Amino acid sequence: MRVPLEWLAEYCDPGWEPERLAERLAMTGTEVERVTRAGTPSADGFVIGHVSSVDAHPDADRLSVCVVDTGGGERTIVCGAPNVAAGQTVPVALPGAVLPDGTKLRKAKLRGVESDGMILSETEIELGEDADGIIVLDGQGAPAPGTPLGEVIPLSQAVLELEVTSNRSDCLAIFGVAREVHAVTGAELAPEPWAEDAPAEGEGALEDLASVTVEVPGLCPRFTARVFTDVSVGPSPLWLRARLIAAGQRPINNVVDITNYVMLLCGQPLHAFDLDEVPGGELTIRAAAAGEKLTTLDGVERELDAGAVLVCDREGPSAIAGIMGGRRSEVSEATTRVLLEVATWNGVNILRTSRRLGLRSEASARFEKQLHPALTMRAQHLASRLLVELAGARLVPGTIDVSAGEPEPRVVSLRVPRVEALIGMEVDGETCAERLESLGFGVKLRKAKGGEIAATVPLERDSDVRREADLIEEVARLGDLDKTLPSTLPSAPTVGGLSREQRLRRRAEDVLRGLGADEIVGWSFADAALGDRLRLPEDDPRRRLVSLGNPLSGEQSAMRATLLGSLLDAARLNLSRGAERVTLYESGRVHLVESGAAAVLGRHPAPVSEPHRLGLLASGAPARSWRGEGAPVDFFAVKGLLEALCAQLGAEVEVEAAPEPFLSPGRSAAIVLAPLDDEGARGDPVAAGWIGEVHPLVARSWDLESAAGFELDSGALIAAAGAGRERYEDVTTFPPVHEDLAVVLPDEVSARELRERVLEAGGELLVSARIFDLYRGDQVGEGRRSLALQLAFRAPDRTLTDEEVAGRREAITAAIGEVGGSLRE
Amino acid sequence: MVERIEQIEREAAEQIAAASGSAELEELRVTHLGRKAELTGILRGIAELPADQRGPVGKRGNEARQRLEALISERAAELDSAELESRLASDAVDVTLPGAPAPPVGHPHLISRTRRRIEDIMVGLGYRVLEGPEVELDYYNFTALNHPPGHPARMSQDTFYVAPGSLTQAAMSAARAAADGGGEGGAATPDEELVVLRTHTSPMQVRAMEAQEPPIFVVVPGKVYRRDSDATHSPMFNQVEGLAVAEDITLADLQGTLLEMLRGIFGEGREARMRPHFFPFTEPSVEFDVSCFACDGSGSLADGSRCGLCKGVGWIEVGGAGMVDPNVFGFVADGGYDPDRVQGFAFGMGVERIAMLRYGVPDLRRFLDNDVRMLEQFS
Ligand SMILES: [Zn+2]
Repeated sequence: MRVPLEWLAEYCDPGWEPERLAERLAMTGTEVERVTRAGTPSADGFVIGHVSSVDAHPDADRLSVCVVDTGGGERTIVCGAPNVAAGQTVPVALPGAVLPDGTKLRKAKLRGVESDGMILSETEIELGEDADGIIVLDGQGAPAPGTPLGEVIPLSQAVLELEVTSNRSDCLAIFGVAREVHAVTGAELAPEPWAEDAPAEGEGALEDLASVTVEVPGLCPRFTARVFTDVSVGPSPLWLRARLIAAGQRPINNVVDITNYVMLLCGQPLHAFDLDEVPGGELTIRAAAAGEKLTTLDGVERELDAGAVLVCDREGPSAIAGIMGGRRSEVSEATTRVLLEVATWNGVNILRTSRRLGLRSEASARFEKQLHPALTMRAQHLASRLLVELAGARLVPGTIDVSAGEPEPRVVSLRVPRVEALIGMEVDGETCAERLESLGFGVKLRKAKGGEIAATVPLERDSDVRREADLIEEVARLGDLDKTLPSTLPSAPTVGGLSREQRLRRRAEDVLRGLGADEIVGWSFADAALGDRLRLPEDDPRRRLVSLGNPLSGEQSAMRATLLGSLLDAARLNLSRGAERVTLYESGRVHLVESGAAAVLGRHPAPVSEPHRLGLLASGAPARSWRGEGAPVDFFAVKGLLEALCAQLGAEVEVEAAPEPFLSPGRSAAIVLAPLDDEGARGDPVAAGWIGEVHPLVARSWDLESAAGFELDSGALIAAAGAGRERYEDVTTFPPVHEDLAVVLPDEVSARELRERVLEAGGELLVSARIFDLYRGDQVGEGRRSLALQLAFRAPDRTLTDEEVAGRREAITAAIGEVGGSLRE
Repeated sequence: MVERIEQIEREAAEQIAAASGSAELEELRVTHLGRKAELTGILRGIAELPADQRGPVGKRGNEARQRLEALISERAAELDSAELESRLASDAVDVTLPGAPAPPVGHPHLISRTRRRIEDIMVGLGYRVLEGPEVELDYYNFTALNHPPGHPARMSQDTFYVAPGSLTQAAMSAARAAADGGGEGGAATPDEELVVLRTHTSPMQVRAMEAQEPPIFVVVPGKVYRRDSDATHSPMFNQVEGLAVAEDITLADLQGTLLEMLRGIFGEGREARMRPHFFPFTEPSVEFDVSCFACDGSGSLADGSRCGLCKGVGWIEVGGAGMVDPNVFGFVADGGYDPDRVQGFAFGMGVERIAMLRYGVPDLRRFLDNDVRMLEQFS
């Protein structure tokens, strides 16, 4: 909302600098986006002049040489306007005046004649679009030469650009803002401008001229109409145009300008019809038929749906109710009879229709906030007076008023002790009453029980102030909160903290960082093409994404079901920006189309499942150093990170070969974790993610040579984590017996299987079996490999004898034999 | 005989002292103390000496032997140490070569770093941390937060809607049931608008109150989504929500809590202020500011120029807050939230905005680039 201060000052003028007023408004709940200026940067150098004589320019046909009295004497001004004539009173810019575009006017020679100033047209001071002729200020009471122009027309005015919150439709009106300024500054408020109606001197009977039928009273609580005859349509006076322009409206003609002016002043939109374009003067307010069409004032043909409301005449739709008028009945130069509509519409319906049409107007922005029906007659009074004064119109007596009945003014009671209890500081009843009164509330203060106030809500605040809490807000916001409110701390009756899951998730993130991974935060959005890039088969469930009905773009049309896309994006970005290698992790959610999977607080389940995951991706060249090349960035590099992560959280992790379409066959596995129950017993292992080397074709699609990574369900990791549940066990002092074992195995037998067999055969005495070497070659033969294990035997209560260890070793050898392996000699 | 022993001892001692290497020393040991050495021979032949000489010769011979053994091991230690030193000296390294690469240490993202900081401050004030759904019901995101269906405040949020066809039937029926329970307007909500990407973390206020009776002190961090993308708006960003409800929580408590939190985030000495504002789910509503830490709230810098961070105002807007609207309690009244009996405050703020202010990041979009060089600036 643009509020020209000159206009505001007519109703409330605290005499403050605009910046000070803006600050005060901001601290009381009305944000001021900025303070700007309309028109010329300054009013200096602009005066009224009287044209004494006009002569033709000796060397230019189109120019005239004028002698103009500007108060201090006469000066010569060269003028190019065809309408300049001796005897006119005109606005003049003197040398030194600064025009709106910033140019400073100087004395200049025009075709050899020196011009000592400029006679102004509308465009030069941004008062209109008529560039062809100068402004002529003749007429009654024409100001004397030398009068500062700023006293005659608003020339350079400060404009407050308010950011009005959606509850304050009253501040979408100059007078509403004036009331607010009155309340927050204490400056006097002028009487309401709509108090006085126009004289009704028009001829004819209203009922013969027009009639209104409302078919949808629920959507049109009130419709008022007045008829004006003898209207002479023409340009509005300068002062009115200046105000409209400063408020951001384009002047059109006096009738349309008056409807806009009244809307800006009192917040109630109006619409003027050319009565002669409304056949029979009959208006019907009805719901639109689906697909019905209408060309609006802006020349666009609009197609309506069944929810819209139309103002129709015998020939069909004439306006979209509350949003925009139709072209057919537009007021034009030829109009002589005007039907002025001022109605109340259903706000929710206006909002819905305006959104469906993609058409928002100054009118709809006000109607959508649900105006009070009583505001209609305010606008009728004010507009009638202006039409009579400025357009020579004559008002036909009477008002057509189709109303569902005007609601009683709302009375809300306020308990003063409640104000204190909610705000947390002392406020007395008188103060509450004063503040409400300054905002236009009718106030009755009762002394009972610490004070109670019955507040009658101003009509323009009707939809905003409905409850005691709303009154408390009004009292509080005028209370200089920033200066008076104490700062206290509530005592939380609970101990704050993170849940175990939150703590362990943080721990996991810290471990990944400790292992050298940098954290990323990826977009939650994905697109359908991601499935193709990840080579997911058509029927892969991971292609089924939670998709958006109104995405911003194709790439962001759905929600991601894997972290891998985000990790690959970030890896590509960093490698393309010159990083040699990256190890990245993300701790974030994916969104899966399955409801009720995750437990979520609250009465209603979450629509989808949003498990939290830990994803890691490494890519790039191995680290180099003068001491040799680092380990390659491959499957085992990331498996080492996974194992370290799980170990730090006390979770036992296994991986099992398993294909994934986006991983290299043969270097692709499932992560398996066994959940731990409250007693410390491990349940059946569950698949908790994938690990592997990214398929070269997938990597290529992200411009990567190679990459390896994993994605792990945080919930499964935490369910398997023993961290925080450990119990003390005696540390034995008896030394372990270490033995190394080299085993030759067929390739089909996995290292995991070998290890499990060995541990099983080793029994309780075998406390660990660690694979520390791998050999392939002629010595072990085709299709076989040799794995070396370091075994540790130990008993908690004695030093083991050679015989005991030998017995276990025999059992282990036998177990190895069962899977086709043998000890290597 | 004794003289001969003393002569041997003297000569041998001289030779030992002059030995220049451990090999030479070993030769001397064999020469003077070995089986064929003269001294060894003398001691071995003692029994054949006249009785009166046996004592003095034996005593002197053994003394000489012991002394020579001691001299040799002493000299050996000297030579060993000298040889070690010279070996070490020849084994010197270029100490200016770089060290062996240590395992690298990664960096946290500024968003999670900031989020953790806020969580920790609030935990210290007695709050528990909750997380909630990002794909959320319209009911929780709007209706139960006092944005009636069709209300203009709903429209200002630029909501992403989730396509019903992409959800399960069970999810859609649950969403419909929630909407129908949300008053007359709820039933009119079309299927296309039943499920949204949450536009704020506030829906968890209602879920949390449904799950727990008052008093309740919770803070809710998480991602939120708005259909808006330009230099100052990202369609995805992070918020932290706070909610405190008990019998006697006041607006002054809100101010005190914000003050503690802002000091925790931006440093001791900061001030907080609240400006009246409007949000549908709080009443009164405020926006809150922190005093500018670049100019210490004065609006101008040490050189007298206008402070760029706060644009000369001395205050920086941080977030929105207010006292929980009685209508919101109305949606959870059967869980012990009688609007006449309990009151509380809620606040919310953008994590990116705080990170931008705190770390001087000029552009919101830098957070989603995930350029590790940006992360590496912060250890
Ligand atoms: Zn500053």
